[in-house]
Amino acid sequence: MRMELEEFGEVEREYRAFAAEHVAPHAALIDREERIPREVVDALVRAGYFASGFHTSADPDPVAATIRHGLLHEALGAASASVQGLLNVHHMGGSPIARWGTREQKEYWVPRLVSGEVLAAIAITEPHVGSDAAAVATTATPDGTDYVLNGTKRWITCGQNADVFVVLASGPTAFIVPRGTEGLTIEPIRGMLGCRGYMVAELRFEDCRIPADHLLGRPGFGLTHVAATGLDSGRYNLAWGCVGLARACLDASFNYSRERRQFGSALSEFQLVQQLISRMMTDIEAARMLCFRAGTLRGRRDPAAIKLSAMAKYFASTMVNRVAYDAVQIHGASGVGPDLPVQRYLRDARIMEIVEGSTQILETAIARYGYQERG
Amino acid sequence: MPDDAIRLPIRGFMTRSFDGRAVADEDDIFALGFANSLFAMQLVAFVEGHFRIDIDSDDLEIENFRSVSAISGLVERKMTAAG
Repeated sequence: MRMELEEFGEVEREYRAFAAEHVAPHAALIDREERIPREVVDALVRAGYFASGFHTSADPDPVAATIRHGLLHEALGAASASVQGLLNVHHMGGSPIARWGTREQKEYWVPRLVSGEVLAAIAITEPHVGSDAAAVATTATPDGTDYVLNGTKRWITCGQNADVFVVLASGPTAFIVPRGTEGLTIEPIRGMLGCRGYMVAELRFEDCRIPADHLLGRPGFGLTHVAATGLDSGRYNLAWGCVGLARACLDASFNYSRERRQFGSALSEFQLVQQLISRMMTDIEAARMLCFRAGTLRGRRDPAAIKLSAMAKYFASTMVNRVAYDAVQIHGASGVGPDLPVQRYLRDARIMEIVEGSTQILETAIARYGYQERG
Repeated sequence: MPDDAIRLPIRGFMTRSFDGRAVADEDDIFALGFANSLFAMQLVAFVEGHFRIDIDSDDLEIENFRSVSAISGLVERKMTAAG
């Protein structure tokens, strides 16, 4: 059945109204104080949004559920990239558990993840390992019926506030590590350029003993299946988040260019400003269509969905940087000043090209898909 | 489901994924060096989507994905179990 984005108008309005009421009013404070207030998280929980994206193959309409999930991220991205990031990493950490957990792990964790009782995060990056995730240096040494983790994870989104981490260790093997596990210490990282409410942290594992039943997936499948599931989800979510952030840039630019007058005319009357606006509009629409296409294929469990999610993230994250850059340009001095959100948009946009597969890593991956398909 | 009805689509997916190279049923795709992390995820998505089965944690054994025959055997077992 062919589905159109316009069919999701009602749910889209619901998400946007939620974001306008419960998220946007806190966005400046989140950026300034580098933390997400508990009341924002509580509102997400109450609305049932922690469950978004956790639908299964038994869902009667997985395509629609996947698109709705994307639209939620778009709405949150327009209000606060940091809050979109929180729900994104929750899904990045939670989806591998829902996907590859044992029956017992699923029974224990999934209801808690879906209800919002626990916030999940995923810990892959290390001080010396970024894109080359297969080279992680954190070790997992079998000891009796346990594993002992040693190593450091860095730049972990929601490291400061997540309740449970999916941790990638050498092998590559993945583990479910609840916050508070003995031997795990968490150090906040502050002063990030953008997405300051990501609440990034460094996680240090020192003789951190993990019961064998916390192993997620099988040894050797930690990257190709467990972490890859999280990253794949993250790319889809983030692509929609970028569309939302770009839309916020465009809305601000429309408003400002209509109000601001120079040389006797509103900025909106100048053709060079119109050129910027038209480029932004077209870029956003194109990214949105790509996200919709990726969502449709994901819902159908089409193998090409992995490629489309990478393409959507690649295009949307580079697109939002062009859009945010132009939004600042339209706003002039006001765009780089402290009173308007556009400077935050630009700082947040920069993060989008780095997380969940950098632009360059995705360019390589997408080209590989292309060569693979053409034989 | 007849054996070929399972093997043929898997073989076709492999050939499309490996630069058009024909893959024999017993070829070890890991030893051939074609399988990478991208392919691993695509393979699971293909098997699940095409045969309408769910691959879960218990199925994550290299032996289940080593060759067309191995994957075919896994699919057959899952389909039988699902009734």
